[in-house]
Amino acid sequence: MGDVLKKVPVKEQDPKVRATNFDEVCLGYSEAEALEEAARCLNCKNAKCISGCPVNIRINDFIACVKEGDFGKAYQIISEDSSLPAVCGRVCPQEKQCEGKCIRGIKGEAISIGKLERFVADWAREKGIKPASPDQKNGHKVAVVGSGPAGLTCAGDLARKGYDVTIFEALHKAGGVLTYGIPEFRLPKDEVVAKEVKNVEGLGVKIETDVIVGRTESVDELFEEGFEAVFIGSGAGLPMFMGIPGENANGVFSANEYLTRSNLMKAFRSDYDTPIFPAKKVVVVGGGNVAMDAARTALRMGAEVHLVYRRSEAELPARAEEVHHAKEEGILFDLLTNPTEILTDENDNVTGIRCIRMELGEPDASGRRRPVPIEGSEFEMECDAVIMSLGTSPNPLISSTTEGLDVNRKKCIVASEEDGKTSREGVFAGGDAVTGAATVILAMGAGKAAARGIDEYLRNK
Amino acid sequence: MYRILEKRQLSSVVYEMVVEAPRLARHAKPGQFLIVRKDETAERIPLTICDYDAEKGTVTIVFQPVGVSTWKYLELEEGDSFMDVVGPLGKPSDILEMSDEELKSHSFLFVAGGVGTAPVYPQVKWLRKKGIAADVIIGARTKDLIFYEDKMREVAGNVYITTDDGSYMHKGVVTTVIDELIAEGKTYDHCVAIGPMIMMKFCCLTTEKYHIPTVVSMNPIMVDGTGMCGACRLTVGGEVRFACVDGPEFDGFKINWAECLKRSQMYKTIEGQAKLRYEEGKTHEGGCGNC
Repeated sequence: MGDVLKKVPVKEQDPKVRATNFDEVCLGYSEAEALEEAARCLNCKNAKCISGCPVNIRINDFIACVKEGDFGKAYQIISEDSSLPAVCGRVCPQEKQCEGKCIRGIKGEAISIGKLERFVADWAREKGIKPASPDQKNGHKVAVVGSGPAGLTCAGDLARKGYDVTIFEALHKAGGVLTYGIPEFRLPKDEVVAKEVKNVEGLGVKIETDVIVGRTESVDELFEEGFEAVFIGSGAGLPMFMGIPGENANGVFSANEYLTRSNLMKAFRSDYDTPIFPAKKVVVVGGGNVAMDAARTALRMGAEVHLVYRRSEAELPARAEEVHHAKEEGILFDLLTNPTEILTDENDNVTGIRCIRMELGEPDASGRRRPVPIEGSEFEMECDAVIMSLGTSPNPLISSTTEGLDVNRKKCIVASEEDGKTSREGVFAGGDAVTGAATVILAMGAGKAAARGIDEYLRNK
Repeated sequence: MYRILEKRQLSSVVYEMVVEAPRLARHAKPGQFLIVRKDETAERIPLTICDYDAEKGTVTIVFQPVGVSTWKYLELEEGDSFMDVVGPLGKPSDILEMSDEELKSHSFLFVAGGVGTAPVYPQVKWLRKKGIAADVIIGARTKDLIFYEDKMREVAGNVYITTDDGSYMHKGVVTTVIDELIAEGKTYDHCVAIGPMIMMKFCCLTTEKYHIPTVVSMNPIMVDGTGMCGACRLTVGGEVRFACVDGPEFDGFKINWAECLKRSQMYKTIEGQAKLRYEEGKTHEGGCGNC
C-alpha cells in the first residue's frame, strides 16, 4: 500500500519514446492499481465530486463498486449518465471538476476519478460489455445535428428514453472533435472513439455521415421529414487569427487545419494521401488544450516546437496533465510572449516570427491579469511553420439557413443552459455552437440538458 | 457509397463522371461545389458541381487529374463507387439572387478557361432557362483541350473559342477575345470568369479596364470544406475570407491574387513526390536529381 494521501501513479509511455510515436501516452490503471486507488475514496455521504461533474455521474457509487471489484456494475452506473466514459476518463479537465471538489484533495491528492472512470470503461470494452439498451421505443423521431460530444450525448440519452434518433454528421466519420481534433496519442480513434460511437449506435441511434445540415438538408426539411425536434450540436467553426502581418503566408496554419489533417485525414501515416507540412521548427501560438495537441503533434512529426503564449504559466487554459506531458516531451514554452509579425521570404514561405515580451498588469474582464507588452522587447525567432491556436468563431451554415433561430453578438446560437431551448420551437442546441470553443464534457453536459428539454417538450406536445 | 453511373473522357486531360447522390442533387445550385473522398486513405478533394438532376438524383463532376488523388479517380469505372461525396458546399452563384427583371437588365459574359468550362456550364444553362442568352468565351492551350462546345452552344448566346496555339478557332488567350469583342462594340455589365487562377487574374485585369464587374470562382486548398479548418482563406478587399463558406465566388477586382497564387503552391513538392511514388511505386525514393 502506498501513501494514502497520494494518487496511485499511472503508467505512461516514456517521454523520449512517445515523442516519436502516435501511440497513447497514458497507459491506464491495471486492476490492482484501480482497486488500490478506489480504496482511497472516503465514499462521502454528501459526495461533492458529483456536483463537479457536468453530467453528474454518480461517482461515489461507481467507485464503491470498483472497490468491491464489481467493475461491470461500476460501468452500468457510469453509463446511466455518460455515453462516453472512455473518452471522458481521458480528456476531461478533472482537476477543475470532480477531482477539484474531492475531500481527499484538501489534505493530499484528490482521488484519480478520471483514471478510474477510464479503467472501468476500458475494462468493459475489453470484456465486450455494452451499456444497457432501452426497453421499448416510443415512436417519436428526433434529429441530432453533429456527432461530437454534445450530439452523441443528446442522442444517447434520448435513445435510452425510447426515442428514435438519427444523427446527421457533416464529415465522413462520426465523433466530431473527438475524431478530427483530439490526437490519437491522447484519445485513440479506432480503439476508443469508434467503439464508444458504436455503443451509442447500439442504443438504437442511427448515424448518417456526409450530411451537412444547412446545405445537404435544411432544418425545415428535417421537420418535413417527420422529425419532431432537432438538436443542433454542430460544434465550433472557423478558426480565429490574430490579424498580424504574414498570417496568410505558406506555413501558417490554424490548429484546426493542422489537427484535422493529422487526426481525421491521418496525414501522419504514410499510407494516407493527405499531406501535412513537413516543418523543422514550429511555433504554436496559444495556451489551450488545442495548442498543446498541435504542439505535440508537430513534435511527433519531427519538429522542434516552441509554444508562444502571452500570459504566464498559471493562466494556461490547458489541462494540467497536457502541459505536464508537453513539457516532458520537450515542447519549449515561451511564456509572456506575443507574436507581432510573421516573417516570410520572397515566395511567401514562413522564415520566422517576430514577438514581443509581455508582463502581467491589472486584472481584466476575465479576472486574469492582463498581459501588457514591454516596450522595446521585440525579438525574432526562426521557424518554418506557425500554428495559430486562438479559438474559433461559430460556423454560419445553420444559423444563416434556419429562420427564426436567434444568434448572439458573437454569432453563437442562443440556447437555454437548462434545457437547450432556442428561439425556434422544436429546435434545441448545445455545445460549442452555443458557447463558442469549450470542452468535451461541457458539450456533453449541454447535450444532456437538451435531451431532458426535448423529452419534456415532446411529452407536452 | 456513391455510385458512378457514367464516366467519359471529355478531352485529352479532362474527365466527366455522373455520380448518384440524391440528397446532394436535390439541393445543388449553380456555383456550388462538393467534396469527394475516393476511399479510406484518400484526400478530401473539392470539385465544382457541373450539373445536377434532382429527379434522377445525380450530380456531374468534371476533373482534370493533377495530384495523386484525382489520378486515382480514373481507377474507378461505371458501377464503382466513391466512398464519400458531400455537399452542396459554398454559396450559390450570385446571379441566383437576382430578380428576373434584374437578370434581364444585364448583359452577361462568361469566360471559361480549360477545365473551368465545366462549372461555367450550369450557370449559363440556368440563365437560358430564365430566357437569357449569355455570351461565353472558352479558352484552352490547344484544340485537344476544348470540351463541352456543343453543350455550351445549346444554352449560350454567342460562343467564342480560342486556343493559345491557334489550333482551333481564334488564336490567343481569353483576354485577347475580350479586347476584340469590346473593340467590336459589344457591351457587357456582368462577367463571370472560371478557370486556372492565373487566367482569372488576367481576365480581371482586362475587364477592370472596361469597368465590367467580374465574379471569379476560387478553388483553393481545402481540407474539410465545411467551415472548420481555414486552409482556404484568402484576402478579399483587405479582409480574410474563407472560400468554403464565404465563397467560392468573390469579386475578382478585390482579390489579392499574388497571395492566392503563392498559397496554391504550398504542397507542390509533397504532391510531386506523392505522384512519383504513385507512378513508379516504392522504387522511387529520390536521389535522381529530378525531384
